[in-house]
Amino acid sequence: MPPTAISTLTVRVLLFASYAETLGLDAIELTFDGGATVKDAIERLRALPGGERLPPKPLCAVNLSQVRMDTPLASGDELALLPPLAGG
Amino acid sequence: MSYLVTDQIDVGALLALVQSPERGGVACFLGTVRNHHHGREVVRLEYSAYGPMAEAECGRIVAEAGSRWDVVVALRHRIGELDIGDTAVAIAAASAHRDEAFLACRYVIEEVKRRVPIWKREMYADGTAEWVGAGGEAGKRGSGEDGRQGSREAYRPVEVGARDSDGTRS
Repeated sequence: MPPTAISTLTVRVLLFASYAETLGLDAIELTFDGGATVKDAIERLRALPGGERLPPKPLCAVNLSQVRMDTPLASGDELALLPPLAGG
Repeated sequence: MSYLVTDQIDVGALLALVQSPERGGVACFLGTVRNHHHGREVVRLEYSAYGPMAEAECGRIVAEAGSRWDVVVALRHRIGELDIGDTAVAIAAASAHRDEAFLACRYVIEEVKRRVPIWKREMYADGTAEWVGAGGEAGKRGSGEDGRQGSREAYRPVEVGARDSDGTRS
């Protein structure tokens, strides 16, 4: 890749339960120019129709482990937004 | 092995997985579908999960119990539509003595409720349905057992070793 090119970052986002209903979808791909954190992805999702009903800091997991909002994303990551857990 | 199952949980088979001649203490916890929630009549409910992460988290919790105490633990959580009285979660813990079995069993259910990405949608007698823990119940982090929020905060895992040194265990 030539050094002048802007590297893009694509992550797959999974939505579950009430969050999937809120956005009317259970998966979406997000692409960023340059680096991005979990928080950036949440902000992008909250800008979608219905997205304002997502909490600004939902429980999140990247590649099956819970992460903080400032966690950087890498291309190919699977970011999951987890509504309040209700197992058991 | 899969921790999440769609068929009915066979508790006898689960107990058989952990029982052995050297483990004389066996504790079992069953979480079953209740017919009421916050004063509303529940007729059915549906569990869904982030499968791969739920499996991984269940595996971590069972491994943690096995490293904290000298126990063998089996865990199953049901996913899909359940009727009133159905077993939603089952835990069996076996150890040489009862203390470890009880402690491990309690640890596993508390951690499952706290960490495993599973969601519950309740269907009510009036025809409405709601995701438990989402909206409406602000501040509640998805407790499926009303009134249990306080007891969960009060719960502190106890190390059997600490009690041994006090000589409180026979």
